[in-house]
This record gives sequence, structure tokens and C-alpha cells, in this order.
Amino acid sequence: MKSSFPIFLAVFVALGASFGGFVVGGISQLGTEKQTTVLNSTDTYPLQRTGDATLGLQVYRAQGCAACHTTQVRQDGMTCDVVLMGAGKNLRAVQKVLGEIAPADKDLATNQLPKTIFSGVTKEVAGDNSDKLTGAGAKAEIHINATGADISRGWGIRQSVAEDFLWDYPVQLGSLRAGPDLANVGARYTMNLQLQHLYAPQSVDKNSAMPPFKYLFVVRKKINGELSPDALSLPKGIVPDDSEVIPTDDAKNLAAYLVSLRADVPLYDAPFTPTVSAPAEKK
Amino acid sequence: MNVNENKISVSEIDASCRVPLLALFGGAALWLVIGLALSIVASLTFHKPDMFANCAWLTYGRVQPAANDLILYGFCIPAALGVMLWIFARLSQIPIVLPLLPIVAANIWHLGVVVGTLVILSGNSTGFLWLEYGRGAFVLLLCAFFLFAISAFATFGARHHRELHVSHWFLIAALLWFPWIYAAANFFLVICPVRGVAQAVIDWWFANNLIFVWLALVGIGAAFYFLPKFAGRPLHNHYLALFAFWTLIIFGTWCGIPQGAPVPAWLPAASTVASALLIIPLIAIAKISVKTVYGANTQCKGGPFCYIKFGTAAFILSSLMLIAQACPHFSRVVGFTWFGPAQTQFQLLGFFAIVILGGFYELMLRVMGCELPYPKFVRVQHWLFIAGLVLLVGSLAVAGIVQGMKLENPKIAFDDVSSATLIAFRFSTTGQLLLLLGSFLFAANIFVMTARWKFGLLKSGWKALNAPLQASEVKS
Repeated sequence: MKSSFPIFLAVFVALGASFGGFVVGGISQLGTEKQTTVLNSTDTYPLQRTGDATLGLQVYRAQGCAACHTTQVRQDGMTCDVVLMGAGKNLRAVQKVLGEIAPADKDLATNQLPKTIFSGVTKEVAGDNSDKLTGAGAKAEIHINATGADISRGWGIRQSVAEDFLWDYPVQLGSLRAGPDLANVGARYTMNLQLQHLYAPQSVDKNSAMPPFKYLFVVRKKINGELSPDALSLPKGIVPDDSEVIPTDDAKNLAAYLVSLRADVPLYDAPFTPTVSAPAEKK
Repeated sequence: MNVNENKISVSEIDASCRVPLLALFGGAALWLVIGLALSIVASLTFHKPDMFANCAWLTYGRVQPAANDLILYGFCIPAALGVMLWIFARLSQIPIVLPLLPIVAANIWHLGVVVGTLVILSGNSTGFLWLEYGRGAFVLLLCAFFLFAISAFATFGARHHRELHVSHWFLIAALLWFPWIYAAANFFLVICPVRGVAQAVIDWWFANNLIFVWLALVGIGAAFYFLPKFAGRPLHNHYLALFAFWTLIIFGTWCGIPQGAPVPAWLPAASTVASALLIIPLIAIAKISVKTVYGANTQCKGGPFCYIKFGTAAFILSSLMLIAQACPHFSRVVGFTWFGPAQTQFQLLGFFAIVILGGFYELMLRVMGCELPYPKFVRVQHWLFIAGLVLLVGSLAVAGIVQGMKLENPKIAFDDVSSATLIAFRFSTTGQLLLLLGSFLFAANIFVMTARWKFGLLKSGWKALNAPLQASEVKS
């Protein structure tokens, strides 16, 4: 071939196809995304992060935290539980159905309710059995649980979805887990623990490989031997007894951002049934 | 240029590349050394976490991207442009057209790299993987590329033989593709940012197209130029090479969106299909290279031929790693582990750097018209790089698989998962040290060469100044 123009054109089309697909397609589908509503609720999600947390995302970006941490939880699938909430008016009929589908619970008494009849079953099995129970006049609910290694590890309740990152710039998904996933770290650590962890990671987790971010803190002598209101309450031995550690604004904002990382509401894309009791704080 | 003009001698063509190539390669050598040194600094954090606790500029999250970007933007791209320019001049059989432009471009480019590196280390990076440099450096790099491309296209357009060489296809596609992806990614992520995870999608698209597609276009384009030259016979099959080219750009450009990402399912699915189909150009490239080289009567003895052969083989292997990462089950295990960085380092240093260094050692002798100052270093560097790569890539890839398998088991505490990978850093840091040593040898050759050339220029200038005036010029 002697003329190079057709080549340029063909090369442009071949290369440009991926631009059309991923960039133009991606923007038209995801770039116009809007807030969504929380499943079985009228609450909108996600809310804007607070001011300090929004600033904290910039500290997160500047320190390059995403080099070691992801903020995306993966999910393998889901399982369902069937929970009998009430026996209705005809306990006999319900017990009869239970005798067929779950013989172990056939002598169920109303004071035992609510009771999980099936756990860890597929959507179809749960649907069939719950239909049978409601057919007998009982009140049955299907509870959905997300499954996967990340979720069993306690890194999240459900998978991360596009909506979780709606307000963030830059979106810091991360690509390596040299450290744990942070998608739901706000539910695990309190503000104080976050600050302590940033100042001296090994004081929170002995084997942590995370570098301390001491440059985000100021160490100074205590005034009249008293801790300032802003100072971190650290375990003994990290700083001399007559010194205190004051977080800079950057440290406070970063901790506020980390605390704001909570992907813990059910969405249409990522359903689950929230547990009523509040999750216990770690340590 | 008139086709009927007298044929220009090869040495004249080579000499026209001298200053632009010294400008491109000189900076590239410096950035390679600094980039590898910084990546060692970064890996020290894993040996002793509190080493840089009080130094914001040296914290891992800043040094690591700075090192990666120095290797990619500082070394790979300018070195690629140098080799590209020389191949264009040789294939067109004319001296470089507008030779001043690549010299200016090289200097602007290197300035852009300085700006970008300072931006990252001072904590002002954009936060997007492989696009950390921000606005200032973006403008500089793009301008430099345009200036360079004008000269490259002009040299291409003035070629004597209108017939296109296979390498033309690869290299021209690369010239078109870089400004497109770099401008698009910067526009939608930095200048006029889009909302939400569309940012991540664009970043993945850009990173894959730069690190996999662009480097493959230049590296394989150069390999298809050099391999037949070394083997002393034509490229195995012209049409198969074009087939490899088309399948590479059609399938390769769609890879890069990881599975399980929080984006609509069609995006990772498209990438998975494209990655699987990538096996087609790989087989074609492997077949062409093997058939061209196999049985050739040329000993490589650790010289440039060895470099290009090893680099091409590394391309096949690193691409297989890329395909493996997109396999549905395997991706679950190695996603978010050290396997990904291992693949990227292999692509950058194992495939691309080695092919380009092979090209460099071959063309520099001709361009400078003299022997290398330390010819033995070429062979030593080859072995240092191979040993370094085996240690670096091998240990990280194994660590990645181990880490992935342990992460899949929620009963193993995360600390135990991390500590299982720590042993790998002893090997990978050793590997990085060997690579750094090797890059010192490369830098020594090019800097001594440049210094000697400049000294020669000075000497001849001095001589001309001090030469006794000719009788005719003396006023009576």
C-alpha cells in the first residue's frame, strides 16, 4: 500500500472504538449518575460527605493512600434466610406447614418468634418456603445476606457499587491490598482510633506494615503537665510522659474522611437486610 | 523531497539524528536511574515501616507513583521516541526533517517530567493511577509530543520509498494514539472532571492503552525492524505482521477494566472478552519472531540482538500474565494483589526497556560514528537486567498468588496475609538493586559518550579559533 491516508483513517477508527466504548459510553452511563434511594426507605444515598471529610479525601489523595488500600468490597453472591415473624391466627396450620418443610421446628410456640427457619439458602428455596408459610396465614420475611471473602473478613456488609463514589473527586478505588480494604472502615474504627492508628499504626495493630504518618501531627511538651483538649489519648510508651501529640488539620480531616467511609445501606444494586442491632465497635 | 535527488549516505542520515537522540536518551537514562532508585526507597518502607515517618516527601504513597511515572514518562516514552525517530529517518532514507523540533521537544518533555515528579512528591498529585502529574506537566508533555510528532511525520512524509514497512504501521499508530489517550484522560479527569466511577473507568482505559497498547506498538514495531536486520533476512511474514497489528489494536485497546469493579457489568465483561481474544495477536507475534530469528546465523553474545530477543519473549509472557488477570477465576485470586504490579513492572522493564535498550545500543554506534566508551557494559547490563527481572517479577508474582489465595480464606487474619508476602520483598528489592546497577551502566555509556562528543566539539571549535589566519584574510 502506497498511500498512508487510508491507514491513518483505519487506525483511527480501530483505536477510537475503545474511546467510544469506555470513555464516551462510560461517561454517558455513569457520568450522569444521580443519587438513589436506600432500599425499602425514602432516604437518598449517598449524602455529600461533611466538609472536613471532603477535605480529608484530598489528604488521602496527597499521601497516596490508594497505593496500598482499596475502597471496594467484592461480593461472590447472596444467600437468604427465611424468618418467621408471626404465626398469624392459625398456629396449627403453620405448624403443619413447618412439619413438611422444616420438621425440626414443627412444635414451634408463638413465644419463640421471630425465628429463623432456613438460613443460607438460595433465593428460590427461600421464596417457595416463605410462600408456603404465608399461605398458612403466617408472617414470614426473607432476609438477604451478601457473601464473599471480603464480607466474611468484615470489610463490608455488601459489595461496593457505583453509587458509593458519586460525590468523590478523585475517586480512589485503589488496585492493591497491601493494607486492608477501607470501604467500610468508618464502621470499624472511631475517630480517636483512626488518629492513633495514623500516628502509630503498630500501637493499634502490632504487626501492621503501615508507615506512621507522624508528619501529620505535632508533638509538644504538655502545658502545666495537663493534656490539651485536642491531644490524642495514646497508650503509654509512644511519646514521653511529659509530651502530647496534637493532630494537624490535615490529620483531623483525613480521620474524618476515614470515618465517613461507610457503605452500609442496602441499595437496589446491592441488596441485603440490615440487622437491627448496631455493629459493635472493634477494640 | 525529490525522489530523483542523489541518494543520501547512511552516515549522513545517522548524523542528523545525533543531537535529538542524545537529548532524548540522555534524559531518559537519568530518569531511569532516579526512577529505579526511588522505587528502592519506596520498597524500604516494607522492610522498616517507620523509616520515613517524619518525611512527607518520602512517604510510600508518594514515592511509589513518582518512581513508576519516572520509569514510564521519564525513561520509556522519550527513549521510545528516540528509537522511533531513527527508524523513521532510516526507513525514509533521508536526514530528519525539522531536526530542531525533536531537540526542543526533548527538553520540554524532560522539564515536564521534573515538574510532574515534584508535583507528586509535594503531595499535589491528581490521585489517578499513571496520571498523577497534573495540569502543568500535562501541557508540557503534550506540547513536547506534538513538536516531536511534527518532525516525525514530516520525516515519514518525505520518504523515498512510498511502500510502507511493517514498523511504519506500528509506530504511526503509536504517534496518533498517545496524544489522543493522554489528552482525553487529562481532559475528563483533571481539566473538566466527570462524576463518580466514570473517573475510574477512564483511568483504567488510559492506563491499559498507554502501558499495554502504546508500549506494545512501539516495542513490537521496533522489534520487527531490528529482528530481521540482526538475523540478516526479511521478516517472516509481512501479512501475518499486519494481522498481528490489527488484532492488537482492535482487542488490546478494550482490555484493562478489572473484574468485580463497582461499575456496570458490561465494562469488565468487554475487557474480559478482549483479553481472551488478545491471544490471537500474541500467537502471531510469537510466530513471526521465532520464524524470523530461528536458525539465523547470528550469534547474539549478550549484544543488542539478545536484548531484542529477550524483550520480545518478555512481551509474550507479560501479555499472558495480563490475560490471566482477566480470567474469571484467576482474577478473583490475583485481583488487588502484588501480581498486578509484577505484570506492570515486567511490561515496563522486562519487555519495553529491554527492547528499547537493544535498539539504543545498536543505533547509537552508528549515530555517534564511534564505538561505545564501555562496550563490555552492554553484556553485563543484559545479565544484570535479566537477573533483576527474574527476582523482581518472579517474587512479586508468586507473592501475589500466595496473597490472593490467603485473602480468599477469611479465617486467615489480614496480618498473616501481609506477613506471608514480606519475604518476597527481600527478593524484589534485591532485583531492583540489580536493575539499578544495570541502569548505571547504561547511563555511564551515554553520559561518557555525550561528554566526549561535546569535548570533541569544543576542541575543534578551539582549534578553529586558534588556527593561524590565512594569508588572504590578513589585512595588508
